Amino acid sequence: YIVTIRVKPDHSGVVTDGVKHSMNPFCEIAVEEAVKLKEKKFIKEVVAVSCGPTQVTETIRTALAMGCDRGIHVEVSGKDYEAMGPLQIAKIFAALAKKEEASLVILGKQAIDDDCNQTGQMTAALLDWPQGTFASEVTIDGEKVKVVREIDGGLETIKISMPAVLTADLRLNTPRYATLPNIMKAKKKKIANMKPADLGVDMVSRVEVLRVDEPPTRLAGVKVETVDDLVAKLKANGTI
Amino acid sequence: LWFVVCSFAVNMFKGQINPSQVFPFPSVMNEEQTQFLQELVPPVSKFFEEVNDPAKNDSLEKVEDSTMESLKEMGAFGLQVPQDLGGVGLTNTQYARLVEIVGQHDLGVGITLGAHQSIGFKGILLVGSPAQKEKYLPKLATGETLAAFCLTEPASGSDAASIKTLATLSPCGKHYILNGGKIWISNGGLAEIFTVFAKMPMMDEKTGQMKDKITAFIVERSFGGVTHGPPEKKMGIKASNTAEVYFENVPVPIENVLGEVGGGFKVAMAILNNGRFGMAAALSGTMKGVITQAVDHAANRVQFGSKIHTYGAIQEKLARMTMLQYVTESMAYMISGNMDSGSKDYHIEAAISKIFASTDILWLFPVVCIQGSGVERVMRDLRIFRIFEGTNDILRLFVALNGFQDAGKHLKSLQKALKNPLGNAGLLAGEITKRAKRTAGLSTGLTLQGSVHPELSHSGNLAVKAIEHFGVTVEDMLLKHGKNILHEQFVLKRVADSAIDLYAMVVVLSRASRSLSQGHASAQHEKILCETWCIEAYDRIMKNVKDLKSSSTTQVFKNMKAISAAVVENGGIVAPHPLGF
Repeated sequence: YIVTIRVKPDHSGVVTDGVKHSMNPFCEIAVEEAVKLKEKKFIKEVVAVSCGPTQVTETIRTALAMGCDRGIHVEVSGKDYEAMGPLQIAKIFAALAKKEEASLVILGKQAIDDDCNQTGQMTAALLDWPQGTFASEVTIDGEKVKVVREIDGGLETIKISMPAVLTADLRLNTPRYATLPNIMKAKKKKIANMKPADLGVDMVSRVEVLRVDEPPTRLAGVKVETVDDLVAKLKANGTI
Repeated sequence: LWFVVCSFAVNMFKGQINPSQVFPFPSVMNEEQTQFLQELVPPVSKFFEEVNDPAKNDSLEKVEDSTMESLKEMGAFGLQVPQDLGGVGLTNTQYARLVEIVGQHDLGVGITLGAHQSIGFKGILLVGSPAQKEKYLPKLATGETLAAFCLTEPASGSDAASIKTLATLSPCGKHYILNGGKIWISNGGLAEIFTVFAKMPMMDEKTGQMKDKITAFIVERSFGGVTHGPPEKKMGIKASNTAEVYFENVPVPIENVLGEVGGGFKVAMAILNNGRFGMAAALSGTMKGVITQAVDHAANRVQFGSKIHTYGAIQEKLARMTMLQYVTESMAYMISGNMDSGSKDYHIEAAISKIFASTDILWLFPVVCIQGSGVERVMRDLRIFRIFEGTNDILRLFVALNGFQDAGKHLKSLQKALKNPLGNAGLLAGEITKRAKRTAGLSTGLTLQGSVHPELSHSGNLAVKAIEHFGVTVEDMLLKHGKNILHEQFVLKRVADSAIDLYAMVVVLSRASRSLSQGHASAQHEKILCETWCIEAYDRIMKNVKDLKSSSTTQVFKNMKAISAAVVENGGIVAPHPLGF
């Protein structure tokens, strides 16, 4: 994922126009897990959802090519898209989960562009559903889901009831490569189109971005000859 | 009755311009095809970047089993098989784009895939009966069975018509019995399905004599009697399996004749012609990859206190590599575009593109090629491209002779017209005016104005002048040698090289014009690529034209013939050692 990131001249954000976008890697893992669960016949149908401008349909198609049955494109563009964050997306997902009568909502644990790590948790809270986040292993057992979670101290295993929200961590699985025949088959799968308003979701952001800056350029280091010089410099700097 | 030949290359031999296939630069995909292709490129690229291990394939001297499996699952073995027979159903342009990715990463895999579908079973796609297609294509598309193209024999390479593998009709009349051996067969050790060319004596209806004619057959290994030799140890494309294939009393059902009985040579040529653009596409990808590495090296290596890309010698190398890639890529997609538009008139251009694409740019590479550096492997992989699928020497003759043949027909029709001048007054008047203008050094009215972007008009004029001189030279050569032009290979090579340079000029004029018209960000850069190429190509063409008229060059040809005869007679170097011993 090598892209040169540039801050917009008005410091309101990062330039995304013309930058090649692709599916968030943790979301790929989430899609893979969902498709695997379907292949093992634990679930009946996988619906791939994405929120954003027209280009996100390409990403939904990739999910369809990986094995999802149908897609939903929630159209958000312009200012709404720029201001869109985890809370708005969580509201949309919660509304869709109810509408579609889903038993599971599986997401990537975080997006690698903003690293928020909030959408899954917020979705669960809005739905008042149990959540199994940072999943490195998912097993369905009747009406319950056993989730092994990667936490700072090691691994934690929990059992939660469905319907539930899961977020995928790195070691959950290795996503399959979309094959060309599957991409062809995906063309016949349906992608429904809707707007947040259709779901009764208000997109107003509660967060205002004041300013975005690049990290300060790293200053050159200074070489010293002796340890005494080093100590003197550190003292002069106020570091010690 | 005027028969309009659409090929730009054929027309330029007559000093004429038919721009229909070259201007504007073809854009043949509809929205659906474009969108589909855009979805295919990322997973294929990802696979070759992350999964395929070219170094491993090279050292194992085979494509890793897991990679082969993934490629099969991916659908890479049936890219141009129709979707209803289990393939991806790609057009030539879409195929070119994917083959470009393969070429960028691993030519060994490229040849494994190409030997299978570009030539191995292409005959079934082109001339197979519906029954043959239904029977064989589905498994070939998934890679369940692999295919190989079996033409070459120990004594028959370029001289493909001289093959000796024999097919005789069995007494029961239901089978042909195949006997013979083929050599240098890509996928020979892996294939289940072989397109085999064999001769059979047939009654020539006109003369009443028996004549050997070639027939193409679909041969299954399971018919029995098909064996193969060990994999050849090669310098390059090591991952590709190359083996001898032997046919001993192989019974081939008569339903497995591919195309017409006795029409095998045409089938072979059709297959090779049809697949040729793929090579230019693949190699344009290879060049792209190599250039990225060259640039990385030149931009970071410091010698004599500066990054080496600041030095003229390196700048020239990078510039030349870039231009060669630009031309190759432009040719590949122009030809695939023409083919997708339904042109049947692209064979000379396809041959030109193969010759051009296999020009080694690697010798320009400004770095020492350390084994294992990736570039070293590419250098070894590239060598074969001048040799197989029609050696570049043969293809040059093909380009020149085809052009001469058509120009010759034109001259003949002029000659006929001269016998009946009043009945052909219009034609003759036109020719006389044209020639008078030429003799007076005036332009004959040939122009690319309207086709070429105004910012490129100077380069366009160079192309027009080159075409005019080229046409005159071709005619002069025909008048001088007549039918014996066939034997004048020194002439033919120079004519072919000029034709290649000319087509290249026109191709980049078309592409750069399009970029300028569409206001691409890179348009000015492409303009410089185009102009620079045209200046140098024009000079080369004019030099060839001049040489072909000069008596000193004729002397040079004679001398080379004598030198060659002397070393052949002597079994080696003739001049005694300067030291006397």
